[in-house]
Amino acid sequence: MSQPRIRTISARKRRFRQSLYNTAVYLIVLIFFLPVIWIVLTSMRPEVEVNARPPVFLPQKLVFDSFIHLFGAGYAEKSVPFYNYLGNSLFASLVSTAMALTIGTLAGYSFARFRFKGSNSTFIGMMLARSIPGIAVSLPLFILFARLGLLDQKMGLALAYTAMNIPFTTWLMQGFFKDIPADLDEAAQIDGCSRWQSFTKIDLPLALPGLAASGIFAFLTSWNEFQISSVLTRTPLSKTFPVGLYDFTQQFTVDWRGMCAMSVVMLVPAIVFVLLTQRQLVRGLTFGAFK
Amino acid sequence: MMYAIRSRKQQFFDRNIVFLMILPAIVIVAALIVIPMVYSFYLSLTNLNLLHPSRARFVGFKNYLKLLEDSIFWRSLLNTIIFMGIAVNVEFLLGLFLAQLIFKTTRGQGIVRTAIMAPMMFAPVLVGFQFKWFFNDQVGLVNNLIYFFTGEYHLIPWLINYPLNLFALLAAEIWMSTPFMVIILLAGLVSLPVEPFEAAAVDGASPWQQFRYITLPLIGPFTYIAMVIRSLDLGRAYDLVRIMTAGGPANRSEMIWTYTFRLAITDNKFGLGTAMSFITVAISFAFVIYLFRQLARSRQEVY
Repeated sequence: MSQPRIRTISARKRRFRQSLYNTAVYLIVLIFFLPVIWIVLTSMRPEVEVNARPPVFLPQKLVFDSFIHLFGAGYAEKSVPFYNYLGNSLFASLVSTAMALTIGTLAGYSFARFRFKGSNSTFIGMMLARSIPGIAVSLPLFILFARLGLLDQKMGLALAYTAMNIPFTTWLMQGFFKDIPADLDEAAQIDGCSRWQSFTKIDLPLALPGLAASGIFAFLTSWNEFQISSVLTRTPLSKTFPVGLYDFTQQFTVDWRGMCAMSVVMLVPAIVFVLLTQRQLVRGLTFGAFK
Repeated sequence: MMYAIRSRKQQFFDRNIVFLMILPAIVIVAALIVIPMVYSFYLSLTNLNLLHPSRARFVGFKNYLKLLEDSIFWRSLLNTIIFMGIAVNVEFLLGLFLAQLIFKTTRGQGIVRTAIMAPMMFAPVLVGFQFKWFFNDQVGLVNNLIYFFTGEYHLIPWLINYPLNLFALLAAEIWMSTPFMVIILLAGLVSLPVEPFEAAAVDGASPWQQFRYITLPLIGPFTYIAMVIRSLDLGRAYDLVRIMTAGGPANRSEMIWTYTFRLAITDNKFGLGTAMSFITVAISFAFVIYLFRQLARSRQEVY
């Protein structure tokens, strides 16, 4: 009789210890998450609390003036060209993501399925192109775009981002395509599919999770990009959110709450996208460990 | 006849599909990165000044020699090495530690993993703004919290004093990039086989021994994947430095990337700036090539 009882007590003890451990881990991870909470809370607290000393942790009440201000209602002359930033950021990010995804998928498939002379060095060359710091790429693009009339144009920015995103998209996609057995391709071709058909009908649908992950990566890279846009954009005609936020911080009287509001707006698409594709994201990043 | 032509076209397409599929990628990368970079190299051999573009002349390697004699250049290089050296190592160790912690939790692992991904969604500019505010000497949260806990108010000039501003930049960088390490290493830990651990436990290996002799070698490839992807984004530190200290005061927190911008755009010395930019490129390449080699080697060791 006594034997099982002792065991249950020790099991309970172990469970208690484990839950203590879990709580400790939650607290440690919370440290990484706190700044996010702080920014969101600040964007919604009354002005007086923003830089109060000692700090006010939880807002007394939630107010949304900073967002109303940002979206331009009633304060037209004072507010930042928010809709320009939004439009430019969306345009440059979406256009470059679509182009990089199309082109990178084709190249990734080719690298995954065929070995040809120079395929390895082409591949490494593309990865090296990706590792050039944005600031170094932006300088010659500045001169080139000035000649082509693409300076301070959102199309120019979209093109630059496409080139930046292609290598990484190619890398991710070739990993996903390698996961798909080549036998499927061969079987389809024996049954009369052309190579192109076996690509579009067999491989592409199977690689959809990879497309999602690559798309998110390309989007986030462009959405958050600052080095190239800080050199290539001059006016609200093409300035994106990161450049807008930078301008915001350079003003004499810094409106911290307004910037928090803008940060929240910038974060929303990123959070939505990442939450939706978390699983594929992790898989896409780690496949390279095996291949 | 029509049929024959089409099928010949088809044949051509089928035979050359490899190249046709890679071609667009190569054309775009060449047109927007490779060729501009070659042109940029030419510019780095001229004394092009954006204020007087017509006076540009070919000067050979004078710009590079000028940089070697420039004390701010050496300071920016030293800062970059100190900064990246500390950042990458701390990020890796902290990432491994956190990944191991999260791996051992029995409940809510999914939520914890999602929560720690939060910094990955932040634009580097956003991280920079946020930490610039936290470390502000007058209204910053850090000084405010010190006041809250000690009751004494000190105007600690986090972003102005030299070693302190490097510390503030490091805090921002580590906060921004550690989660990425955690996610990759956690995926690595999850993928490990359980048998070696069971066998080791039977043989009486301590948890530390298991970690040191089983976990660490087996997640090698994941470590290098994380480092390779991280190294592609080394230059992201530019965004942080630019927004938090702008390399100042008096160039004391200058990094190679911010110094490139200062020379080429702020000071209009485009030739000198492009020369500087090639030093940043050389450093990035060296890093990526080294890590790719390590990755290849670690794969061979495991499989």
